[in-house]
Amino acid sequence: MILLQARDVSLRRGDRAVVSAASLTLAQGRVIGLIGPNGAGKSTFMRLLAGLEAPDHGDVRILDRSMGQISSALRARQLAFIPQDGGTPPPMPVRALVALGRLPHGQAGDHAVRHPAVGHALDVTGLQDLCARPASHLSGGERARMNLARALATDTPVILADEPIAALDPAHALSMMHLFRQQAGQGKGIVVVLHDLVLATRFCDELVLMDDGAVIRHGPALQVLDDDIMRVVYGVTVRRVEDAVLPWSLCR
Amino acid sequence: MKPAHQTMLLNVMLLAGVMGLFVTSLMWGETRIMFSHALADLLAGRHTAGAIIVERLRLPRTLLAILVGGTLGLSGAVLQGYLRNPLADPGILGVSGGAALGAVSVFYTGLMQVSIAALPLGGLTGALCAAAVLMGLVGRGGTLVLLLAGAALSSFAAALTALVLNLVPSPYASFEIMHWLMGSLTDRTFTHVWICLPGVVCGTLLMLSAGRALDALTLGEDVAASLGFQLHGPRGVQTRIVLGAALAVGSCVAVSGAIGFVGLVVPHLLRPLVGYQPSRLLLPSFLGGGLLLLLADMVVRVVAVGPELQLGVLTALVGAPVFFARVIMLKRTVS
Repeated sequence: MILLQARDVSLRRGDRAVVSAASLTLAQGRVIGLIGPNGAGKSTFMRLLAGLEAPDHGDVRILDRSMGQISSALRARQLAFIPQDGGTPPPMPVRALVALGRLPHGQAGDHAVRHPAVGHALDVTGLQDLCARPASHLSGGERARMNLARALATDTPVILADEPIAALDPAHALSMMHLFRQQAGQGKGIVVVLHDLVLATRFCDELVLMDDGAVIRHGPALQVLDDDIMRVVYGVTVRRVEDAVLPWSLCR
Repeated sequence: MKPAHQTMLLNVMLLAGVMGLFVTSLMWGETRIMFSHALADLLAGRHTAGAIIVERLRLPRTLLAILVGGTLGLSGAVLQGYLRNPLADPGILGVSGGAALGAVSVFYTGLMQVSIAALPLGGLTGALCAAAVLMGLVGRGGTLVLLLAGAALSSFAAALTALVLNLVPSPYASFEIMHWLMGSLTDRTFTHVWICLPGVVCGTLLMLSAGRALDALTLGEDVAASLGFQLHGPRGVQTRIVLGAALAVGSCVAVSGAIGFVGLVVPHLLRPLVGYQPSRLLLPSFLGGGLLLLLADMVVRVVAVGPELQLGVLTALVGAPVFFARVIMLKRTVS
């Protein structure tokens, strides 16, 4: 079942095309890794997929309905977005912040805090022990899990996460990717922006490679990340170790 | 105790405090009266001196203290939540400056001789003009545009106010203007209450409607938008907050003059008591602002020896040290 589909989506800012005719199809139970060098247009493409900006051309459809034709409240019940840098959260208790994920369902305050989806999200992300702690006291890894818990509390079929593991150590990064994989296993569709190609190769069903605003290749990881494309797009040579692609040396 | 129960208890305590001070403020004043007799006369429709003092002097002054203080406290809480900046206060919108300019223009033109309502109506006109300019300047721009537009409007209104002060022919008028700008509730009547009430009610309702969006905004604008809140546009959260605060604060400044620090300090003092959740802070900030201004107004009446201390001067004198204390506590927490 197709959950989210972008067809030839373009967006210009001034004279510059930030996203050019980009397409992506997310099916149920799949994890798509959106990769590409800095400035490739990944975050803007994610904002278009999330409905936070409207494209100049093309169409984004969620559950077979055009994003522009559904209300923002309905969109919020179908798609959860985890932005690149949430900044320092306020000193609200973790449980109260995670419960904000229930706002699209019209639930707030104690009603939201007590909702089973909030408890489940805290359990899944291992934050139950920290739920009374002020969110501002969390470490980077715990904060990343809290952002995911807030998205899970909304209980949407689609989750979009923009560089959720960018600031995490290897253990926390692995743990987050396992969580995404686990959620996909339960029927959600996930698009995640990644710079770690090893984790992208290992945890994603499909990679979408962007450069200069355009999707230049998509498919299974080892097909996307061949030596030529790594040289052209990233300017690095690679080494292959079993089924992993390791950036190895600069070639320019 | 759960934050919700804690907030409810706080609201009950603040409401009890406001009601207690409301009654005390009616009973207590420069002229000693038998309050029970005055109240009985008032309810029976007898125009005795006591009934007139309570009805025409103390009641409007007390109601205005609650309305103005409450509005400033609520606006401070809403703006601090929306801008995610604890230094935001109602003055940053520039609407207070517009109200002051409108009122000062009434002084300058001598229109205040025409009617007691001329001064607050001039202030209200200034505030509404400033609010219209602010909304036009901000449009669909974000919080940075709002801050810059507010600063520009505030500076321009202050410059024009200074120009009027500069050009005013009579030193007496100049003194009156300076006195008015300090903020006061002395000699206010029900005319003042009716002039500020519509703006306060509409503005307060608009601001309260943004409570849940303020909670979502603690996670940033992108997350708030992804949670289904429309932030910009004619029906967006920003419009409701800016228009609401501008209407309410402008209406208050038009009748009371500029009263500083209430909008800044009250949300600061109450925020830790409500678990830092912006929506839970709104009602306590309204009640806390009302309580603080009622208290300040009573202090002003008590220490009235010689020229009466202006209310805005007292709130600044008390508010600034509270702010110093918060800064010192914050420094200790950080280190």
